[in-house]
Amino acid sequence: MTTSPTPVRGRARGPEPAGVPGRPPWPLLVPALAGIAFLVLPLAGLLVRAPWSTLPQRLAEPQVLQALRLSLVTATVATGVCLLLGVPLAWLLARTDFPGRRLLRALITVPLVLPPVVGGVALLLVLGRRGLVGQWLESAFGISLPFTTAGVVVAEAFVAMPFLVISVEGALRAADPRFEEAAATLGASRWTVFRRVTLPLIAPGVLAGAVLCWARALGEFGATITFAGNFPGSTQTMPLAVYLALETDPEAAVVLSLVLLAVSVLILAGLRERWVNRVGG
Amino acid sequence: MSLRARLVVERPAFRLDADLDVAAGEVIALLGPNGAGKTTALRALAGLTPLTAGSIELDGRPVHTLPAERRPVGVVFQDYLLFPHLSALENVAFGPRCHGVPRAEARRTAAALLERVGLAGHASAKPRQLSGGQAQRVALARALAVRPRLLLLDEPLAALDAHTRLEIRSGLRRHLADFDGATVLVTHDPLDAMVLADRLVVIEGGAVVQRGTSAEVARRPRTDYVARLVGLNLYRGTADGPEARVGDVVFSVTQRLHGPVFVAFSPAAVALYRSRPDGSPRNLWRGRIDGIERYGDNIRVHLEGPITASADVTPAAVADLDLSPGQEIWAAVKAAETHAYPA
Repeated sequence: MTTSPTPVRGRARGPEPAGVPGRPPWPLLVPALAGIAFLVLPLAGLLVRAPWSTLPQRLAEPQVLQALRLSLVTATVATGVCLLLGVPLAWLLARTDFPGRRLLRALITVPLVLPPVVGGVALLLVLGRRGLVGQWLESAFGISLPFTTAGVVVAEAFVAMPFLVISVEGALRAADPRFEEAAATLGASRWTVFRRVTLPLIAPGVLAGAVLCWARALGEFGATITFAGNFPGSTQTMPLAVYLALETDPEAAVVLSLVLLAVSVLILAGLRERWVNRVGG
Repeated sequence: MSLRARLVVERPAFRLDADLDVAAGEVIALLGPNGAGKTTALRALAGLTPLTAGSIELDGRPVHTLPAERRPVGVVFQDYLLFPHLSALENVAFGPRCHGVPRAEARRTAAALLERVGLAGHASAKPRQLSGGQAQRVALARALAVRPRLLLLDEPLAALDAHTRLEIRSGLRRHLADFDGATVLVTHDPLDAMVLADRLVVIEGGAVVQRGTSAEVARRPRTDYVARLVGLNLYRGTADGPEARVGDVVFSVTQRLHGPVFVAFSPAAVALYRSRPDGSPRNLWRGRIDGIERYGDNIRVHLEGPITASADVTPAAVADLDLSPGQEIWAAVKAAETHAYPA
């Protein structure tokens, strides 16, 4: 991911380089080139070592398609859950004031820095069969989340939601609140203001947040394997399949990795294209 | 009275306390320097800034307890704040839609309003495709679309260039004349205020310092700010019959008054002399030139001395008198053009 989790605004990105013109000094240039190599070489290595001749057959293998399908579906559903819960949460953080708001904000961003495995353990303790909430879910509704596809979605959403919340909150803070005032003077209730003015204004920020969130969910490993396990077909997502394949069939791991890379690049490129159009049109 | 309001808004280091009475169909302009509290007053009327004390009555009904969205008030904001993602038509239809008008009817109302402001051909344009003048008219149509009883305009012409301003000002005047509710307009431009408003209310430092028709305010300014706006020299003095004394300078005045007065005269009424002119010692003082600048076709000379004054003289006079900053000069003003009125 090259997109930073800072607020992305609906302005053209990549402005003219600022600063003094001239050749960059070598103490900056050399580490920068090393940085490029460090980020790009592994991706190039993946392409170089890919078993291109057997790629079509390998891609058609049911395990690959199964894992890919599961990954895409769970990441998308997790992003949907994050949008549903995260956008209102970001609004609450950006537009209202209540005691403990700063503390809440800090708590919400904890999953950003928490090792995902720890997140998985925490989820097990709360939503597991003997967990605080999980016990009650099981006895009252017969719902059990751990080691199910729904559990994968829960794990991914837990890890990815902060990206969305922070992105949307940033967009909300950057949006001119006077548009909301104008809407209020025209008779719009707060809900109407949100739906018809605020949300369209921050749409680019929501989209950016959703992309970050989706990418994070797609790559989720630690929380997923801890909370949902590694069952092919129901909880074995692409990253888990890659890790498992690395031990048994390294070539398969390369193929799976290639697929993940291709999907990420495709989605990112497609969205960037739409962004550019949005800004330019 | 359609609008009867006492607005008190207290903030750290600022207090607004202003009374406003506006009849139905009347337009009043809140005039004042930056930071005087004009916009705060407007926001308080709209319900965007809470009142610390006071009340707002519209057509005899208290509205200050209502939130902004329940007040029968339309606002044209300084930079219009048209919703960028909606077309001109959708912007105007937004208000009626929020008031529960069915979509088709709201769009009909909006189309009729756009036609009235001469923008029927721009209904589907997005705000960024509109010129400043067009955006201003869409903003007016949007505010009128909710059929407000009180129309508020915040610096409605400030964002326009000089040429557009002239055109939009006369159009706005026509639309305000058609509006049957009360209108409060905020501006720092005396010309906008005088052309658009029936009455002026001048606010300085959060308090009303003068109110009246534009003719009254222009002829008899009561603060330095208003005097500067209308281009008069203004002093506080003491009158005794045909004379008014301002510091060490004695003026013959046309009015006969006693006690504290304002003395005002136009810069064009001031004549400058290199040596002391003969005749009456009244209306005459010796000052020092503080600055010289171009002012329309004439030259404006700023004088320091017993009183600070501006004098408008012709370029020829500047050449004849060989005026330069720092120079000592005699200044005289004709008695017939010196006005005094009670302070």
